[in-house]
Amino acid sequence: MPNLQAITPLGNKEPVTETYGPVTLTEITDIALASVSARLGREQDTAAALEAFLGTPPPGAAEHCGNNLSAFWMGPDQWMIEAPFETHEDLAARLAGTSPNAYSVTEQTDAWCRFDLKGPSLSDLFERLCAADTHAFTGGEAVRTSIEHLGCFVLCRTQNHFSVIGPRSSAGSLYHALVTAFRSVF
Amino acid sequence: MTSPNRLNGGLIDRDQPLNFIFDGRQYSGFKGDTLASALLANNVRLMGRSFKYHRPRGPMTAGSEEPNALVELRTGARHEPNTRATTAELFEGLTAKSQNRWPSLKWDAMAINDRLSSFLTAGFYYKTFMWPTSFWEKVYEPIIRKAAGLGTLSHQPDPDNYDKGYLHCDVLIIGAGPAGLAAALTAGNSGASVILADEDYLLGGRLNSETHTIGDESGADWAAQTVAELQTMPNVRVMNRSTVIGSFDHGVYGVVERVSDHRPKPLTGKPRQILWRVYSKHAILSAGATERPIVFENNDRPGIMLASAMRSYANRWAVTPGKALAVFTNNDDGHKTAVDLTTLGVRVTVIDSRENAPSSGSYETIAGGRITNTAGRLGLTHVEVTTTSCTIRSLEVQGLGVSGGWNPNVQLTCHQRGRPQWDEALSAFVPGGVLPKGLVPAGAANGVFSTQWALRSGQQAATEVLGHLGKKSETIAFPEAEDAPAKIEPFWHVQGAKRAWVDQQNDVTAKDITLAHQENFVSVEHLKRYTTLGMATDQGKTSNIAGLAIMAEVSGKNIPEVGTTMFRPPYTPTAIGAFAGRSRDEHFRPVRKTPSHFWAEEQGAVFVEVGMWLRAQWFPRAGETHWRQSVDREVLQTRNSVGVCDVTTLGKIDVQGDDAAEFLNKVYCNGFAKLAVGKTRYGLMLREDGVAMDDGTAARLAEDHFVVTTTTANAIGVYRHMEFVRQCLFPDMNVQLISTTEAWAQYAVAGPNSRKLLQKIVDPEFPIDNEAFPFMACSEITVRGGLRARLFRISFSGELAYEIAVPTRYGDALMRCLMKEGEEFDVVPYGTEALGVMRIEKGHAAGNELNGTTTALNLGMGRMVSKKKDSIGSTLSEREGLNEDDALKLVGFKPVDLANPVPAGAHLMTKGSPVDAKHDQGYVTSACYSPNLGHHIGIGYLKSGDTRKGEIVRLVSPLTNVDHDVEVVSAHFIDPEGERLRA
Repeated sequence: MPNLQAITPLGNKEPVTETYGPVTLTEITDIALASVSARLGREQDTAAALEAFLGTPPPGAAEHCGNNLSAFWMGPDQWMIEAPFETHEDLAARLAGTSPNAYSVTEQTDAWCRFDLKGPSLSDLFERLCAADTHAFTGGEAVRTSIEHLGCFVLCRTQNHFSVIGPRSSAGSLYHALVTAFRSVF
Repeated sequence: MTSPNRLNGGLIDRDQPLNFIFDGRQYSGFKGDTLASALLANNVRLMGRSFKYHRPRGPMTAGSEEPNALVELRTGARHEPNTRATTAELFEGLTAKSQNRWPSLKWDAMAINDRLSSFLTAGFYYKTFMWPTSFWEKVYEPIIRKAAGLGTLSHQPDPDNYDKGYLHCDVLIIGAGPAGLAAALTAGNSGASVILADEDYLLGGRLNSETHTIGDESGADWAAQTVAELQTMPNVRVMNRSTVIGSFDHGVYGVVERVSDHRPKPLTGKPRQILWRVYSKHAILSAGATERPIVFENNDRPGIMLASAMRSYANRWAVTPGKALAVFTNNDDGHKTAVDLTTLGVRVTVIDSRENAPSSGSYETIAGGRITNTAGRLGLTHVEVTTTSCTIRSLEVQGLGVSGGWNPNVQLTCHQRGRPQWDEALSAFVPGGVLPKGLVPAGAANGVFSTQWALRSGQQAATEVLGHLGKKSETIAFPEAEDAPAKIEPFWHVQGAKRAWVDQQNDVTAKDITLAHQENFVSVEHLKRYTTLGMATDQGKTSNIAGLAIMAEVSGKNIPEVGTTMFRPPYTPTAIGAFAGRSRDEHFRPVRKTPSHFWAEEQGAVFVEVGMWLRAQWFPRAGETHWRQSVDREVLQTRNSVGVCDVTTLGKIDVQGDDAAEFLNKVYCNGFAKLAVGKTRYGLMLREDGVAMDDGTAARLAEDHFVVTTTTANAIGVYRHMEFVRQCLFPDMNVQLISTTEAWAQYAVAGPNSRKLLQKIVDPEFPIDNEAFPFMACSEITVRGGLRARLFRISFSGELAYEIAVPTRYGDALMRCLMKEGEEFDVVPYGTEALGVMRIEKGHAAGNELNGTTTALNLGMGRMVSKKKDSIGSTLSEREGLNEDDALKLVGFKPVDLANPVPAGAHLMTKGSPVDAKHDQGYVTSACYSPNLGHHIGIGYLKSGDTRKGEIVRLVSPLTNVDHDVEVVSAHFIDPEGERLRA
């Protein structure tokens, strides 16, 4: 292990966990991310390789799937893969090795910050934050939307568990938007 | 405290008395009151002064269309001018003040304007204050603004929060009167997702103001029960205090929800208001109708109001403006006021302009009568009635209800440039022409005025949109309700009046409209601008139609020929804060922080905004009192030993795929196909028109993998451009792109000791000596015991330099590590200022040089545009105009008198030539003080600059009084041979 101390997107040694009314907000830093984009003509090979890696076919448009290893859709034949950081810090390298030249892999772990929200009535919060119709979400959705002028992914893992994945450099602004909305709603 | 004008009944909660203050005096009202109803209950009819003539005014309406009763509500930073007393909900401790008067509401010195009214007609300002021209802005306008106007601002920041939100629904129902409630029930029962929005805090619309029954219960009770039923439906969202302010494209509506305006201040953390953007598949406009007045002499005294408002005050708020009232009407609806008030024990006389007016045994009706004048300085005391036999009667009354018929609230049907249509039978404009897509009008908003038909109309509208949605609707059997036909005989104004107010908010008289016509303002839009008819907070809701009628009369047209002015959002006044939402002060827009930001804060760095990024500009040290001291130190220390700068902000784009090299050959003007793996190359991108777009480097990490860097400012634009090229221009190329700007913390480590410093950090299996890792090398390496990293030997400063990148989470630690390990070299962190100084000393181009007008030729890189291949911008860069013999060339400038500055932006003139644009020779783009050279330097563009080195030219900046000589020199002030960076 490198002898360098990692910090969280909010600038702390440990991720933030806070409770607002019935909802808990947690800064998630223990997930590795890598983007996978199929190369031309290799779309089926890519899907097959991802299915082998994830244990499930890669998700369709505006969806996510998986458990310990999971993925969400980012564009045509393009996904973001999620895996535990502790065991998969080298996620990009591992994916690149599974099916060479079938797809392009890029490490994305630290390009993003992630806040998980758990609790009831989360749609009441998201209706203050983004144009996505989260009231219609039942679990398994993944959308790219704008929160506080920031391009973010909103993942509905279950109706009581959402992830907001936004640009890491603006983690403070995104966190402020979430907290302001929390106070406004709950 | 007694409330002399309070009646029995009403929808107020008499168990909850509330104290409030108006103009310093304490009064009491009840929960459910508005400020206007509570003041009327206390026999306060005078609530404001008019805009121009400072005429005493009271409430004309009981709703958001109010033109007169505008007050300054609350105190301190929450003080809000121009608030309608008719919609301000009473709360304990409410404080309000009248506005636009001095020294008091009863004794207003500016009422002298009323005496001078014959001079102050429409267009008075334009005609009078014409000379001298310069006086308008500095003298006349400030005086006029002081004399005329509405309330005053607090001049303090708004202490409240505003929020924004997004809602989605199948059906948005705008207005919760009988039509809206019937539509909501019908749509709600079908399972469709429904939003029912109403500006009032009590839903039901006119049902709360009338004595009508629906079946066996009062209209108000039926409304309350229906609302309660709707609130139990999970698919129906009932929003009170929520005004639909605008109709936009694609079924989007703006809704302002007044979350906290009924409280002294918002609850902790809660917003004052929320601006909702509602995405609807369909909308039903059931916004009701607004009664309109009749214009007659002195029709603006406190106590004169719309007949429907008088009825609202009586039935909903249990208030009368006095014990003896009159009603002036041209239609049957006015008689309802007489019936209701008479029932409540108030004496009422009806003056009906129709000779065949209905009569009643319970009140006197003067059929065919006209009100020809009124009296009462601060409140109505008498009305003068001229009968059909031309006899004049004076009635002693404290209130006069006026009814000229009803105007459907068509505004939202017109926000997308639709025009309403004239309905002859109703003498009113109704929704018509092209409506916003998906919008169906219903009820009174569609000219359906009886309660029975409003219910049916709402149901029909809901059934229609449910059909479009493919949902089944069940017909609800609504109980029998009031079904009186709308009988009206148009009567707009009493002839011969001299001071008869058409637009009470803007003090526009019938005479002003006639005058505007005489002066050839024939277009209704010009009429509006010239007279101000229909402007300001009420947007002419009660005045437009009378103005049009008078305009039609004097121009010999009919009303539809005159037409209406354009209705625009917002429907009612909206706080600017609601539009801003959370985007204010330091949260106006998000910020981007670099990986070393928190460390830099600890060092006391001074930050600068670069786009959304906050970058360290310099790092002051103890004893440094001027930024130049810090910057000079950072530059010298870097050039003498080693410095570190956070360059994460430069855009990084991962380019992969079998055609990655060929793709870069297209987007860069210079060649990349043959770049070896493990090498980096400077690249210049051109726009399609041949002008330079951005520069940066591309590092080849593998045959099919490059990392492209961009300038900080253009990171997003370049990525967007490359995606466009990939998706639209070369979709067959096998290339994939993704931004990795934020994934890697990247630091420039520059200076003669940079290698020694990095050798302490880079793991030993990756040698970085000059042989193993020469200038422009790149490699994936590990640092500090195995952490994956990237190393690039590139130099912006001109020194031996590297850029090292690690995953962003380790960026903070790497900076601390570089500082600690660099102590023996006296390492220094440097900010963007020192970065700028060093790149100017080296003659490297940046944003100032890539300014959107310059080409590769101008930059001295003309030969970089490879003609061995095709690339974007290559062909158009050959245009004649971009390749003239005396084209601008990038060169350096050194002051002849070394004490002189070389300001950026200054222009260059040949010695002895005139200083004008015709003789302009070029301009300085970037300049700084060079601590290495000990004087100011600059770089910039000079005509044929590459052949003029050694020439003395004149540097001029007339704006800043600069005029001195500079010598044309090479732009490379430091190490022109590039020995340092290859060392």
